[in-house]
Amino acid sequence: MLGKSARSDWLLLIIFSIVVLTAPITLAPIGAGYPDLLQKFAIFGIFAIGFNILFGLTGYLSFGHAAFLGVGSYASVWVFKLFTMNVIPAVLFSLIVAGVFALVIGYVSLRRSGIYFSIITLAFAQMSYNLAYSVLTPLTNGETGLQVRHLAPVDRGPDYVLKLVNEDLRWVDQALGIVEDGIPITNLFGMKMSGYPGFYFSAVLLIIAFFIALRISRSNFGMMLRAIKSNQNRLNYTGINTRPYLLAAFVISGMYAGLAGSLMAVTDPLAGAERMQWTASGEIVLMTILGGAGTMLGPFLGAALIKYFENIFSSINENILQTTFSFLPEPLQELFVTVTSLFVGPGWPLTMGLLFMLIVIFLPGGLMQGFSKIGGLFRREKKPQSQSEKPQAQDGGP
Amino acid sequence: MDAIFLQILNGLDKGGAYALIALGLTLAFGTLGVVNFAHGALFMLGAFCAVAFNKLVSLQQIVLDPTKTTAWGTPLEIKTPYVEAWFGDFGTFLINYSVPFSILVTIPIMLIIGIVMERGLIRHFYNRPHADQILVTFGLAIVLEEIIKHFFGANPIPQSAPDIVSGSANIGLWLGMGEAIVYPWWRLVYFAFSAVVIFAVFAFLQFTTYGMVVRAGMFDRHTVGLLGINIQKRFTVIFGLAAVVAGMAGAMYTPIYPPDYAIGMQFLVLSFVVVVVGGMGSLGGAVTAGFLLGILQSFASMNEIKSIFPGIDQIIIYLVAVIILLTLPRGLLGRKGVMED
Amino acid sequence: MAILEVKDVNKNFGGLRALHSLNLDVEEGSVHAIIGPNGAGKSTLLNCFVGRLTPDSGTVMFNGKSLLGLKPHQINQAGVARVFQTPEIFDDLSLLDNVVIPALAKADGAFKLNLWQAVRNRSEVRDEAESILEDVGLADQKSTICSSLSRGDKRRLEMAMCLIQHPKLLLLDEPTAGMSRYDTNNTIDLLKKIGERGITKIIIEHDMNVVFSLATTISVLARGTIIASGNPADIKNDSRVKEAYLGSAEI
Repeated sequence: MLGKSARSDWLLLIIFSIVVLTAPITLAPIGAGYPDLLQKFAIFGIFAIGFNILFGLTGYLSFGHAAFLGVGSYASVWVFKLFTMNVIPAVLFSLIVAGVFALVIGYVSLRRSGIYFSIITLAFAQMSYNLAYSVLTPLTNGETGLQVRHLAPVDRGPDYVLKLVNEDLRWVDQALGIVEDGIPITNLFGMKMSGYPGFYFSAVLLIIAFFIALRISRSNFGMMLRAIKSNQNRLNYTGINTRPYLLAAFVISGMYAGLAGSLMAVTDPLAGAERMQWTASGEIVLMTILGGAGTMLGPFLGAALIKYFENIFSSINENILQTTFSFLPEPLQELFVTVTSLFVGPGWPLTMGLLFMLIVIFLPGGLMQGFSKIGGLFRREKKPQSQSEKPQAQDGGP
Repeated sequence: MDAIFLQILNGLDKGGAYALIALGLTLAFGTLGVVNFAHGALFMLGAFCAVAFNKLVSLQQIVLDPTKTTAWGTPLEIKTPYVEAWFGDFGTFLINYSVPFSILVTIPIMLIIGIVMERGLIRHFYNRPHADQILVTFGLAIVLEEIIKHFFGANPIPQSAPDIVSGSANIGLWLGMGEAIVYPWWRLVYFAFSAVVIFAVFAFLQFTTYGMVVRAGMFDRHTVGLLGINIQKRFTVIFGLAAVVAGMAGAMYTPIYPPDYAIGMQFLVLSFVVVVVGGMGSLGGAVTAGFLLGILQSFASMNEIKSIFPGIDQIIIYLVAVIILLTLPRGLLGRKGVMED
Repeated sequence: MAILEVKDVNKNFGGLRALHSLNLDVEEGSVHAIIGPNGAGKSTLLNCFVGRLTPDSGTVMFNGKSLLGLKPHQINQAGVARVFQTPEIFDDLSLLDNVVIPALAKADGAFKLNLWQAVRNRSEVRDEAESILEDVGLADQKSTICSSLSRGDKRRLEMAMCLIQHPKLLLLDEPTAGMSRYDTNNTIDLLKKIGERGITKIIIEHDMNVVFSLATTISVLARGTIIASGNPADIKNDSRVKEAYLGSAEI
């Protein structure tokens, strides 16, 4: 890690920013140039970059990170409901709430390591999920999900109508005299956070998140986190108490997840408990390892790829398949449609599961490792030979 | 007093399911050293063996009866399951007892699935980090779930217990504790079944030479391998056995809880908690913790308790797990040196 | 003056008396070897110094401060560094990173989170790391990943990791165990070179060749207690020592 120069880091950051900010144009040819999907890339990119700070650097595999995402979403929606539709206070509040929540969970679960840690985090996430559906319904609105305004039957009776209930208080907005009809849209000092402005808001936060992760990776803190992954015992005997380092990494990555959750609420002011389910935690693990845990760009790449393919695969239906395979003779066409329909549309999770297995089996280092392997093929000539051979060569006998 | 006894009873069947899954999980972990996140999916596959078996035996042949007509003037269709048409009374019996009979199908199917899984996938992960094992089996679990979802749909499919045990047992009267304590027969059957399976597994490990090798392997795989024993082959069988235990647990559980494709993960998360509470790698611990947590869960769902701690029934197991892990790092009966790196 | 004073230390494992009323003084600047037959309690004793075990009774004073009850990282901060029987290094990091980490630990203390200061900009730490790799003869491999190193090189690296912290006391647990003659000789040379820095060292070792070429003082441990202590020449001729070793009497 010492080999990287300051200049190459700045270059990386600049290229990353350019790629992210020009994405609406550059990704248009592959059908991803529209704000909804791009915003998903950015949000899950932030989530994955944050998850990587914990899993990629320290090797602690958390199976409950979706809990922080959910908490971030709820926190933001509450700010929207109570104070203002401006996104800044909501984002800040989500960061704080997710951070505190991560501090509590991390303090308890980091007392153990390895698979025990994974299971404790999983247990906490499941607890949060179950509570969100039961006792905490006043805070989370249970299965319906928490909304800024919601439809409810007015004039109960045979001819009741569904109406938006203006139960929301929005003290700050009302004090400023801002009135909204229908379902209010989030804004940044008046600029509506839908469409491209919404994407650019997330994109700027993504770039900041990436920048901070880069700084962490290059600092002494990041070095210690890598040392924890490599050999925690040695690090203890080197005079380092690993607990505060781990806790700090856990809280930081929890705050990243909280930020991602908050941005989800910014896109669509709604929060549901299903965001906290363990499948959501599993998805973020998949994104990170697909790109390459421990690398700078990998997690973001993995997140974008998963969301991109999810988008494509889920939109394919039987009709599209029929047309695709229409050049084949009838029985073959039927066969191909039947087989491929397993993997698309509602079958997308199956594809994801298979992808998961294939990556872990064949490319445990993720795509970034794959790229560097391919890159290595081209500059093979100057590979240094293993130095360890030398002393052993003279080891024949006394 | 009655209420307490009833809650203990209520916890037994769930506890039995936890214990059976945790037992297989521990067997696989203790011998093969593999953390299997797809074990819940095996439970689910077992449940769907029972569903598929029931569907198979209830396949109906349609005979047109020309002598009678329906209100629309078409000949009346008489539907009879093939098995009844072919075997008469035995067919009726088979349909009625489809769940217990499905065990006969479940065992070979699960054995094959287990062996294929070990040979094809798990074997290559013995020496990979635990994180990789978790991830690959997690992927496998998703794949298995989705396949089942594709063929059986997303909705739970209820199964019925045989008529003779479809009612409730009046346990209270037997024990002279009043009529308040009634308990569904099938859940009693399930408890007895899980107890029998647990004893059978323990007896197998305790009293056969095969079991002895396996127990030795749980302590030190490498040494046993060096003694000239083909440990690889035995591991395959053990994994198959674990799959069979999970599958049977799933098949028999179907009348209690209608299975859907996600039931495996529901139970897996809880079973992992059970294994960790019992102590990683301890078979006795897995069984003890399974029943203990099952019973605790049913106590937590008592209204009296819920009114004091709202929502406690939702989180009790996780809460207990966290407390146990923080106070007893190795779980209730865990051995030193297992999973401590 | 004694830098490490061990007084009346007892340690039992169940019914086994691993250490009983053990007394040991290690002089500042000395190379103190602890030898003894298998099962004499050498490793138990070492583990009591580094916080891995706590004695049942007795005191372990280092530089006038008690080491008992301290965690490994606190003991390290007090100035005790340890080399393990099997080298404990950061296997998947480069050699330079391996040495930089202990240097950072020394420079930054227990916890530091400063995102504006990249490790590569800390030239004081880097320069020192490079010079120490030079000293142990690994400078030309500084960007190699450690997992490919030979055992002898790993040992050298581990020593570099200890030395960069300028410890007052260096504990070496069988530094040549499992090594070829070539690597053993290299290690002896390296330890002699380190000796010039004046760091107090405690060596636990089976190889008498290593012990007698390095040690200035030798203590013999048998059945949980020190039976003899003195300079190498005295120990060689001590009858109790010969008795303790029985078969291998011709040391």
